[in-house]
Amino acid sequence: MKLTLKIWRQKSPADKGGFQTYQVEANEHMSFLEMLDVLNEELVRRKEEPVAFEHDCREGICGTCSMVIDGQPHGPQAATTACQLHMRHYREGETIVIEPFRARAFPVIKDLVVDRSAFDRIIQAGGYISVNTGQAPDGNSLPVEKDKASLAFEAAACIGCGACVAACPNASAMLFVSAKVSHLGLLPQGEVEADARALQMVRQMDAEGFGRCSNVTACEAECPKQISVENIARLNRAYYRAAIQSDKVV
Amino acid sequence: MKLNGKIPPGPLADKWTRYKAECAIVAPHNKRKLDIIVVGTGLAGASAAASLAELGYNVKAFTFHDSPRRAHSIAAQGGINAAKNYANDGDSVYRLFYDTIKGGDYRAREANVHRLAEVSVDIIDQCVAQGVPFAREYGGLLETRSFGGVQVSRTFYARGQTGQQLLIGAYQALSRQIHYGRVEMYNRHEMLDVVLIDGKARGIIARNLVTGKLERFGAHAVVLATGGYGNVFYLSTNAMNCNVTAAWRAVRKGALMANPCYTQIHPTCIPVSGDYQSKLTLMSESLRNDGRVWVPRLTEDVMAIREGRKKPTEIPEQDRDYYLERRYPAFGNLVPRDVASRAAKVACDEGHGVSRSGLAVYLDFASAIERYGRSKAHAMGLDQPDRETITRLGEAVVNEKYGNLFEMYEKITGDNPYKTPMMIFPAVHYTMGGLWVDYNLETNIPGLFALGEANFSDHGANRLGASALMQGLADGYFVLPYTIGTFLAGEIKSPSIDTSREEFRQAESEVQERIDRLLNIRGSQSVESFHRRLGLAMWDYCGMARHADGLAKARTIIRELREEFYRDVFVPGTAQEYNPELEKAQRVADFLELGELMVVDALQRKESCGGHFREEYQTPDGEALRNDQDFTYVAAWEWTNTDIEPVLHKEDLVFENVELKTRSYA
Repeated sequence: MKLTLKIWRQKSPADKGGFQTYQVEANEHMSFLEMLDVLNEELVRRKEEPVAFEHDCREGICGTCSMVIDGQPHGPQAATTACQLHMRHYREGETIVIEPFRARAFPVIKDLVVDRSAFDRIIQAGGYISVNTGQAPDGNSLPVEKDKASLAFEAAACIGCGACVAACPNASAMLFVSAKVSHLGLLPQGEVEADARALQMVRQMDAEGFGRCSNVTACEAECPKQISVENIARLNRAYYRAAIQSDKVV
Repeated sequence: MKLNGKIPPGPLADKWTRYKAECAIVAPHNKRKLDIIVVGTGLAGASAAASLAELGYNVKAFTFHDSPRRAHSIAAQGGINAAKNYANDGDSVYRLFYDTIKGGDYRAREANVHRLAEVSVDIIDQCVAQGVPFAREYGGLLETRSFGGVQVSRTFYARGQTGQQLLIGAYQALSRQIHYGRVEMYNRHEMLDVVLIDGKARGIIARNLVTGKLERFGAHAVVLATGGYGNVFYLSTNAMNCNVTAAWRAVRKGALMANPCYTQIHPTCIPVSGDYQSKLTLMSESLRNDGRVWVPRLTEDVMAIREGRKKPTEIPEQDRDYYLERRYPAFGNLVPRDVASRAAKVACDEGHGVSRSGLAVYLDFASAIERYGRSKAHAMGLDQPDRETITRLGEAVVNEKYGNLFEMYEKITGDNPYKTPMMIFPAVHYTMGGLWVDYNLETNIPGLFALGEANFSDHGANRLGASALMQGLADGYFVLPYTIGTFLAGEIKSPSIDTSREEFRQAESEVQERIDRLLNIRGSQSVESFHRRLGLAMWDYCGMARHADGLAKARTIIRELREEFYRDVFVPGTAQEYNPELEKAQRVADFLELGELMVVDALQRKESCGGHFREEYQTPDGEALRNDQDFTYVAAWEWTNTDIEPVLHKEDLVFENVELKTRSYA
């Protein structure tokens, strides 16, 4: 199939950037990123600079790929990362617009590549359970209710890709932060630090320049791992409880 | 060079305990004065960096990814082994040790493997305490399942995302140390050389992938946890950016590469669909708990399926060949990976392959869905459930166990595996070979350590399922924090390393020269095209089956390809910018050398063992024929200069506890 691609090209963070149009010949069995590989091979053949885009596992689990396809982070297919999107969903002659994730807290490095290290700093602020290697009791010493364990797992399925931020009109990181606060807070091992964790992670989120949550829920709709906005409600409860009841100062 | 494995004395089961009691340790006030570089932030690297920092060392951690959480450990699906015996099914440290030695076809060190089995139980405890959401029973306790090559249920898991959950646990532990300032984290930095001073590893040269600048980092010791080299085959289940460069740069500086020909071909991957394909996708081994592997027995059915005239569900039971269950009744579908892969190859070579290319077999869940459905219906008090109810209930159980894998399969192939069997074929997955290390996980270069898939240490010639996660975390959490002390205890008087020294300047300028050389060729072919051609030669001649003639041919092909690469490759852009093509070019350049060494290693090993199958050495039934008399050794290769022949150093493997037998799963 012949396709027209309009791709955001930006040489460097300082460059203004703009769309460029390309033609590419794809087939229906390819993945979306393999279609971009074909374009890049062609560009290299013409001694032009290939389109920079990030990708790694191409199995939908590493969270590296980060592009907006026709206005949607990771493209049109629900619960699917860009790398797991396949060309059988496209038709001959279509035009596809490809841009980087856009948010003040995710500055563009080049073309479709953005800097998401703000997420790392939010985790560093408190997204963990404080246990040193060797301190752990027997794994079965603390039973965890199966349903709670399942909820924790579903929150822990977040791949840290940032699609939630890219989807949100406020570029809020609430879904990402709430997934971690829920994952750890739902488990008895993580309860101990629940107050401090919620306060510290939210503070860091604000410091990174992410916007506020206004319950648009586009994050949930675009999340490739279907992380639920119920986690945001859980984060709000944890945050208010910590802010009002706890004597933690952060 | 005489290789000393430094295996501690004493009975097997006491070695590690005694070692820990007697090994040199560094006092807390001295730990604060010692710097350690950890390259790679997968399970081994992140767990090591976090644990070393907790002990008080100053750690600098490096990853070429945008975040330490992206390391390829994240993609591991099925589970992690531990000798907890929670299932009360007769498991023990010794049984895990024995299964691993046998699974590795008696080509691993007894002492290392026993230590791995011992610390396996601590790993589970540690991960649970970190908040890893393992699967649980209704009573709230941890659940396990079975993996290939074993007859107990010792694999802990978090649905089909175990690697992700374990890595996030290690990443969080690492993040905590970054928060406290005990680890300096360098994202988007790729190690391009190791720096030696007076024969010791004292630092690295890394390229800042955003600015392109070469940067120098010094430390008292350097730890490589940089993964395996499966991408030498181009198509593999590895992530696109996995590469051998860090390890290979160490080899070029004198570190030995052990058993490079031992590669694992995983039996259950989604088959290749076309020549544009960039990578292959694994379907977890856990699926063989419930999936049954088969091909049609009759040629007319095979043809009808290939031409689309028949569906697999239309083939009656008696016309199916469940070849693993037939050939290996004791282990059935759960034979080890090397055995399952070769059996699939045999089925396809004999003309029973089911895809258009003839290179696929079925993995069928119909009987599992029925079995689970009946059990569930019974539990719900349904007396005579109809077929539809059974299927619905059974599918729900299967979804709970393997849901994400089934979804992934459907996204890639467009087929619904609940309704029609999966099509699978073997693909390159893991490399058992790696940097040679002694019991301390130290390479032959003092102060240079290698962990996880990057070393050769624990899996012999074939790794068992769910053991990679176990080894990565064992090395990082529980082994290196002790063993690195034996080296660092001698360094407490060494001042911090000065990176303005001549050795750093020299290493940096060598890296700069390599980069300039690649950029200045300005030829006509892409890096990718060379990588594809290398991969094809490796797969054809050094893949699932190897033969002296093919290997000799492959060596010629690779050398010619390398020559052509340096004459005609085109690398766009400059060195002073974000340039993924330049990164790839350097990695492929190193693969073009490693590939040759793998072929040389495969040629010298005139036996079949584990993942290394030489067609000349097989039993009349087509099973691997080992030669313990002549090949019970680790082949450690020295190759500092590609203009001279690689030099083989042998470390004899001594088995004091396990009797070497022909591996049988029948």
